Amino acid sequence: MSATEGASDGWRAEGPGSLNRPRQTLENASDDRRSDSPEGLHRPHAGVGPPLLEVKNIEVVYNDVILVLRGLSLAVPQGKIVALLGANGAGKSTTLKAISGLLKTEEGEVTRGEITFDGERIDGIDPHLIVRRGIFQVMEGRRIIADMTCLENLRLGAFIRRDAEVRRDIEMVYEYFPRLKERTGLAGYLSGGEQQMLAIGRALMARPKLILMDEPSMGLSPLLVKEVFGIIRRLNEELGITILLVEQNARMALSVASHAYVMEQGKVVLDGSAAALAENEDVKEFYLGGHGTERKSFRNLKSYKRRKRWL
Amino acid sequence: MDSALLLQLTLNGLIVGALYGVVAMSFVLIYKASQVVNFAQGEFLLVGAWVCWWLLTDWQLPFWLGFLVTLAFMTAFGMILQVVVLRPLIGEPVISVIMATIGLGIFFQALMKWIFGVFAKPFPPIFHAEQVSVLGLQVQSVYLLSLGISLLIMLGFAWFFTLSKHGLAMRATAFDQQVAQSLGISVPRVFAMSWAISAMVSALAGVVVGVVNGVSSALSFYGIKVFPAVILGGLDSVVGAVLGGLIVGLLENWAQYLDANWLNWGNMYGVAPFYALILILLIKPYGLFGTKNIERV
Repeated sequence: MSATEGASDGWRAEGPGSLNRPRQTLENASDDRRSDSPEGLHRPHAGVGPPLLEVKNIEVVYNDVILVLRGLSLAVPQGKIVALLGANGAGKSTTLKAISGLLKTEEGEVTRGEITFDGERIDGIDPHLIVRRGIFQVMEGRRIIADMTCLENLRLGAFIRRDAEVRRDIEMVYEYFPRLKERTGLAGYLSGGEQQMLAIGRALMARPKLILMDEPSMGLSPLLVKEVFGIIRRLNEELGITILLVEQNARMALSVASHAYVMEQGKVVLDGSAAALAENEDVKEFYLGGHGTERKSFRNLKSYKRRKRWL
Repeated sequence: MDSALLLQLTLNGLIVGALYGVVAMSFVLIYKASQVVNFAQGEFLLVGAWVCWWLLTDWQLPFWLGFLVTLAFMTAFGMILQVVVLRPLIGEPVISVIMATIGLGIFFQALMKWIFGVFAKPFPPIFHAEQVSVLGLQVQSVYLLSLGISLLIMLGFAWFFTLSKHGLAMRATAFDQQVAQSLGISVPRVFAMSWAISAMVSALAGVVVGVVNGVSSALSFYGIKVFPAVILGGLDSVVGAVLGGLIVGLLENWAQYLDANWLNWGNMYGVAPFYALILILLIKPYGLFGTKNIERV
């Protein structure tokens, strides 16, 4: 606790916006851009208007004491896929829950900073109202309603809608996930991959502008991971849905994303275009697993130091 | 002769059992959606029946109008009760919530006695023909009405939970509140809705029983009778509640037949369901249709 308090005091003293350790931005992030941006926030694709989702320096506290996010900022431009990478416990899921408001259901709270979606602040709003604004979170572990059928799960996804096109959208979901159509039993008996597809399909039913996806690859075979990611890319390209993707499978995430952020201990330590990150030595070593070269050991002091610098 | 009596009792059992089923369903509705064991369920019948009686006698409303006004009133009643009394208790220990519902039960029973007196009062006659003959059996027409209404309610529940958006939302809330919220469902609203529907449906049953037996505080005993039905079916199964209700209704009447013909112990009618309750708790504590968690292997 004392360490995190110290950290928060640190950046409190420096004023909002400045992290106690500068964050690296790859790609075309020159120093002058960072200085003319008032909050020190790097905006990917700056100049094409404000991003759809903007998270500015948020601090998240669980149970009034546990500081999980410490001045996290990120931006998701309209129509793009943005990946959020990081080790276990870095705060990736917490970030998504802060955006979707589900933090409230877990005694968590955004205590500082702001989240804007479509130009309006959404932090502090109840989760069911945030869904109505067009943000839909596909939670970690699928979380489909096991004692309902596929069809009922899909219809539930359209809960916030009042229009008469729900039936047509169900057909659309079946086009993306043909195997869901064959499954008439309870969703709880679907395989892991099918459940993930159902969870994504359910999100589509809400016609969201932004989907927050929490580890869609969890527990899936490599082949299924590929299939699911192929579909994520298609959803983005064909339906124009903006996606913020949290992933452990960094290689897959970087292959579909246009921009990515790397998180460590509640803040962004590195960001840049997906291509630049995929080429970055540190990312290669810590998230992509060496990539061809001999696997480095953490006993290797140099590599350890380089990792320390991030933390 | 005996077989005719048995048939008559079986029919009675089904009719009363259907009513139990309806009350059990509304009990399960609250339990499933908001995880509250509602000990004031019987008082919903009581309040509903008294309100309807009052509208019919003091205001001289025609039956159908009084009935509809009662249902509307009870919908609001259930919702207000949830918002005012139970919403602040969300997150409190189960025992506190149970004590609160027991308190509500006592409060409303006393209130009704205070307002309407302690004696049973009959409803004004609703049907011209007191009895009709069905397949050679004499059945009170109000019993037929009761059976019809029960079936309608059950069909209504089936429709609500499988096809309507809000029914699905209620099931989702019962399954996982966080997921429900992530789908855009307002959980407090679902809680309020479940209490509203439950109170309304219970009042329906209360009016029917009131028409048959007259209105008195004995009506709230239905709230207790519902426990064997609900536990038989499994606390969180709507279908189980209906079947449990029917079984309890039949049990009562068959027990009476047995008692009248051979045992002569007396009062088996009232006690038999509770013997069954004890047996079920011993053998199948989750009931016949209680939740079995789906596990993929």
